[in-house]
Amino acid sequence: MSEVAWQKGWWRKDLLSIKELSREEIQMILDTADSFKEISTRDIKKVPTLRGKTVITLFYEPSTRTRTSFEIAAKRLSADTINISVSTSSVVKGETLLDTALNLQAMEPDIIVLRHSAAGAPDMLARALKASVINAGDGFREHPTQALLDMMTVREKKGSLEGLLLAIVGDIAHSRVARSNIYGFKKMGARVRVVGPGTLIPRGIESLGVEVFHDLREGIRGADVVMALRIQRERLEGAFFPSEREYARFFGLSLDVLREMAPNALIMHPGPMNRGVEITPDVADGPGSVILEQVTNGVAVRMAVLYLLAGGTRGEDLH
Amino acid sequence: MRICIRGGRVVDPSQGLDGPAEIWIKGGQIEAICRAGAPVGGCQRDAQIIEAKDFLIVPGLVDMHVHLRDPGYEYKETILTGAEAAVAGGVTSVACMPNTDPPMDHGAVVEYVLRKAKEAALAKVYPIGAISRGLKGEALSEIGELKASGVVAISDDGRPVTNALVMRRAMEYAKGFGLPVISHCEEPTLSARGSMNEGEVSLELGLRGIPSVAEEAMVARDILLAEWTGCHVHIAHVSTAGSVRLIRDAKRRGVKVTAEVTPHHLVLTHDAVRSWDTDTKVNPPLRSREDVEALQEALRDGTIDVIATDHAPHARVDKEVEYELAAFGISGLETLVGLTLMLVERGVLDLSQWVTKVSLNPARILGIKGGTLTPGSPADLTIIDTNTSWKVDPANFRSKGKNTPFKGWILKGRVVYTLVDGRVVYKAGI
Amino acid sequence: MPPDTGKRVLLDASGVRRALRRMASQIAERHPGEGDLALVGIRTNGIYIAQRLAKEIEAIEGLRLETGIIDVTLYRDDISRGRPHPLVKRTEIPFPVDDRKIILVDDVLFTGRTTRAALDALMDFGRPALVELAVLVDRGHRELPIRADYVGLEVSTSRDESVIVRMEEAEGADEVLLVGPGWKGES
Repeated sequence: MSEVAWQKGWWRKDLLSIKELSREEIQMILDTADSFKEISTRDIKKVPTLRGKTVITLFYEPSTRTRTSFEIAAKRLSADTINISVSTSSVVKGETLLDTALNLQAMEPDIIVLRHSAAGAPDMLARALKASVINAGDGFREHPTQALLDMMTVREKKGSLEGLLLAIVGDIAHSRVARSNIYGFKKMGARVRVVGPGTLIPRGIESLGVEVFHDLREGIRGADVVMALRIQRERLEGAFFPSEREYARFFGLSLDVLREMAPNALIMHPGPMNRGVEITPDVADGPGSVILEQVTNGVAVRMAVLYLLAGGTRGEDLH
Repeated sequence: MRICIRGGRVVDPSQGLDGPAEIWIKGGQIEAICRAGAPVGGCQRDAQIIEAKDFLIVPGLVDMHVHLRDPGYEYKETILTGAEAAVAGGVTSVACMPNTDPPMDHGAVVEYVLRKAKEAALAKVYPIGAISRGLKGEALSEIGELKASGVVAISDDGRPVTNALVMRRAMEYAKGFGLPVISHCEEPTLSARGSMNEGEVSLELGLRGIPSVAEEAMVARDILLAEWTGCHVHIAHVSTAGSVRLIRDAKRRGVKVTAEVTPHHLVLTHDAVRSWDTDTKVNPPLRSREDVEALQEALRDGTIDVIATDHAPHARVDKEVEYELAAFGISGLETLVGLTLMLVERGVLDLSQWVTKVSLNPARILGIKGGTLTPGSPADLTIIDTNTSWKVDPANFRSKGKNTPFKGWILKGRVVYTLVDGRVVYKAGI
Repeated sequence: MPPDTGKRVLLDASGVRRALRRMASQIAERHPGEGDLALVGIRTNGIYIAQRLAKEIEAIEGLRLETGIIDVTLYRDDISRGRPHPLVKRTEIPFPVDDRKIILVDDVLFTGRTTRAALDALMDFGRPALVELAVLVDRGHRELPIRADYVGLEVSTSRDESVIVRMEEAEGADEVLLVGPGWKGES
């Protein structure tokens, strides 16, 4: 076996954001994920690579999907997984994140997958711990593995992201998925538009190199990929837009509106969907929809990230 | 016994003084200042001599915006540790904010603070009374009694007075008692739940933003109310270019408005938050480069009268948490001199302007003694070695609050002596 | 003493060709007319060698054997030692391995650890009836009880030397070199 593979490689201890990654690093994760995808098609969906490693999923926000995806990924690599769910209410009055971190460190985990409602929490944890930290979503800031699986899905279908036009539709302001995808797709050479009502588009977002549209038809015109974001009705209705009905009428993806897209355009959604609000059922289940592929690729991407980080530089190896 | 401070450069804008001079102190007061070459010359034999060769001698610094946390939050700071921090930072007088527990909304708490300050016998402590009972922004506190107990101003600092009518009444009432109203300007419905400046950095970090307009909306309101009532309003911790414009216009119209800025708003931008260091979390938040430049310009042209620290000490448990959950505030007393002399070094201010902003103006605004070395005034002075650099290490702070975003910074300008009423209350370890 | 920077050609292009032809005829001899025999190459050179062997066997037997690719990275016993993990490439075994006769193919047999990893990987795909091993070069120094069934060239080496196999598909020409530890490659 060639030793050349050792020369290049992944040196990071943590995966905290897409913003911090180079194009080459993103490419490396996506290539690795492509290779890992095959494992999930085998009868025996397991390789021994991370045998003896401990992966803790630490979730301060409920998310069955992401947690399960990480857990399956870790198990397919033969790692031991432990799931900890913390209710946010106990965080505020209970021990500090740093206390929690040091307690976990004492149990010598290798990788901690953190979901937290506070932006930057994974960075704090990563700084305090020897273990690798994977950001599984922090507040409104980033959700790097989601963007990676989105990029993997589009790359699979389109061959490359270079020169593609992505339109992200909906609640950009409160979306970590939007931020990570803006950074990721831009780095990979795509053009990115954000589409939504003025209240849901953060002021100054043009500084991230995206174009802003408040008209859905205009915003998705010619797009190769349209990504609808989940609308959190409880939080937004009345304050950020008048009603769900009005939102659906002006910003919901329907078959009629989608005629504006490029031929063979892809429809994506990070889930869970509100059918009939940000996306109509016939679009969600229609021909361009790759929503289920996104879920499948999520496992492969997370296997790739776990694999690469487990070989990343540990604190004590730093010179 | 007399004290003679000799060999230093004395800068006292209250008497247009900048040059080598000997300072004579007797009975806790300035007895005389002898300019170099003047005939008096030579310290008498019975005087205690303080050698200040190559040092800068200025009227004791007056920090008109300090949180001493006592009573109620003694784990963050006490009047003793706060006073120790003050004199170590060259500050001889502090005005302390009423957001204690219980708050300083009645005479008994004011008297408690004054008694503790007297026991500490370090910096002079001037309490600021609450505008509203319980700092709730509803009913007025007993402002007359507060004044009688010794407060020098009123403020609900830490919380804005959101009800415009309450603010109007406070100004009308305080004016009659000759008290300035210090306003923490923040429209809470606009800043709601934000933890940093709203701008490209908050966008990148996914943190809820506090827009500059949240501050400016209330600065505008309070300027108009000051104009309407004729009351002196002092705008605390100005942080935006828009506020600067509003204050500049108001001053031009002759409105009785004064304003302060903190050292951190003068030297840091919101880029510092990228470190996720919760010690960069402060209210008002660190703003953009353009805001910082506007604040520096406002200091230079006199729109902003005062540099005050907004010293807000916190315990580790308040800060070692997620950024959004962390407490707002910076422990500022012990970095005041180093940070603001940096502005002098960079040419933002000259030394005389600097003394005006950190000593003379705040003393005048609060109507307290100090800010000057004219004979007969209290011998409050600060002696600074402007040539020595030091590294900010919060572990060495006298303050209980180790929360500073300047940890590790190399600052030039070190306090060597602090004198209050002619007593050396701080002397740097040499 | 400076490290040996020398290089020795063990097989040139025609040597490689002859070795592969010999191996193919040995395989055909041992498995006459067995169309269900399959060749699985270990990344990267093993893939090319497996395809060449399949072609040679086709020439002898008139049977096209199925081939597959195995990437043993995930089964290695030497990862996670403070250096980045090697990049993983696809494993492609496009046929069921249950009850099949499989010949694993690699370029160099050295410690035997790669073969061990490949066996583990293969077993995760099913239960073959028989597994054999074919290598172009056997250079000795085994650390595990593994031996090859078909060997192109047996050569005795010292531990610090390296055997370099170049295949036409990847590098334009077939060649097997034995180089000293100080060898810096060709400019």
